[in-house]
Amino acid sequence: MAKLELQQNLIGHKGIVWNVSWHPLGNMFSSCGEDKIIKLWSKEGDKWVTKTVLVDGHQRTIREVAWSPCGNFLASASFDGTTAIWDKKSGQFECNATLEGHENEVKSVSWSPSGNLLATCGRDKSVWVWEVAGDDEYVCEAVLNSHNQDVKKVVWHPTSDILASSSYDNTVKVYKEDQLDSDWTCIATLHSHDSTVWSLAFDKTGKRLATCSDDKTVKIWQSYGPDNQEGVIVDGEDATWKCVCTLSGYHTRCIYDISWCHTTGLLATACGDDILRIFKEADDSDPNAPSFDLICTKLNAHSQDVNCVQWNPSGNGELLSCSDDGEIRIWKFIME
Amino acid sequence: MTKIADNVNPNVYEKGSEREVTSSERDEDVVDEIDSREIFDLLRNINDPEHPLTLEELRVIEERNIYVDNKDNSVRVYFTPTIPHCSMATLIGLSIRVLLLRALPSRYKVTVEVSEGTHVSEHAVNKQLADKERVAAALENKNLVQIINQCVA
Repeated sequence: MAKLELQQNLIGHKGIVWNVSWHPLGNMFSSCGEDKIIKLWSKEGDKWVTKTVLVDGHQRTIREVAWSPCGNFLASASFDGTTAIWDKKSGQFECNATLEGHENEVKSVSWSPSGNLLATCGRDKSVWVWEVAGDDEYVCEAVLNSHNQDVKKVVWHPTSDILASSSYDNTVKVYKEDQLDSDWTCIATLHSHDSTVWSLAFDKTGKRLATCSDDKTVKIWQSYGPDNQEGVIVDGEDATWKCVCTLSGYHTRCIYDISWCHTTGLLATACGDDILRIFKEADDSDPNAPSFDLICTKLNAHSQDVNCVQWNPSGNGELLSCSDDGEIRIWKFIME
Repeated sequence: MTKIADNVNPNVYEKGSEREVTSSERDEDVVDEIDSREIFDLLRNINDPEHPLTLEELRVIEERNIYVDNKDNSVRVYFTPTIPHCSMATLIGLSIRVLLLRALPSRYKVTVEVSEGTHVSEHAVNKQLADKERVAAALENKNLVQIINQCVA
């Protein structure tokens, strides 16, 4: 049997907590929400405590926070239309750059694995790619208008500069930069969800993508390159993404977030039914038609919608979640 | 310049009677769960954004279109725009949502939708009202909140 054990309940935000983000080392995390502040948490003894509070960066709700891969920078995306970059070059965390360009709410921000690129997206239906040009300097490399409704989330491939976005238009798009003319283009559109795709997560290899939606399903997509042995037709040199698994009948309301652990391969979901769920790929799973088992259901993980879930990147089985109820919870996944 | 209402001459219906308070409701020892009538009473006096009439008088809100499940902690409200191309449908739905958000205990999951087949953009309106991120962003817009507050006042 597998279970999620509550390690600590963290109260510190007023109103909805929209997002939590682990520092790449897994010994610190940041949180944000409706109260327009960012909190940085780390351990004192065996208890997690607020170490720093970042205020005055944004005028409206802060929707998402993301650490750079080096762990020195924190990006925050806000409904005020801006993305702020924080660092502690001066000794304490300060906002040293603000990315402006989106017409209204910015909903997601993500750093590329190299840390040289940033992506943002928002209600104006666009995805922006920014280059880190130097000290506190960020230059817009591309504005991608492939979606026809607001874009909910942007996520980078774990090892290469490939970007994926999910949207209110029910699709997921994949982009990359053309090496010849350095133009960013949409190289794949993933159709299958029947409603808003709220979030997405790559597996460790980047060959699989998990998406979660308002249609109450999770879908697993697999990429097939031009020289694939399975006979999947590929147009040109960009991989084809195929939906190879749909997890339906488990979630009873909108699924807001999904996290794919790069150490254990476990999938965790955050749902509007207040439940956290853990899925594991079956041992006899067919690589081209994988099956996943629900191995853990944490009822009433929060008293309201769970908005975000994230595995500790160190692979220690710690799981962070946050909710409309204003709380952040740290769980330990235990396989017995 | 004043905008002319979408439906200049809507049907107006009589208001229903007030809820009768029964003796068991006065008894503090009897569990009194939230029911559809209670939700109806919360919503019936919302003002229509276009007419000096309430949602009850326009039959936008009716008790029979409200469903409460206390085991599941869910509340489902279907509202009926007076005409199928009513441009105010989203605003009316948002007002209903906001009022329930403020009045109901937070354990309730609230769904607000257009009654089936009563609006040309039914699906789009429903999707927008169900998207809590959009609702949260809309509620940070002071002008919009002011309009909603006038409706729910």
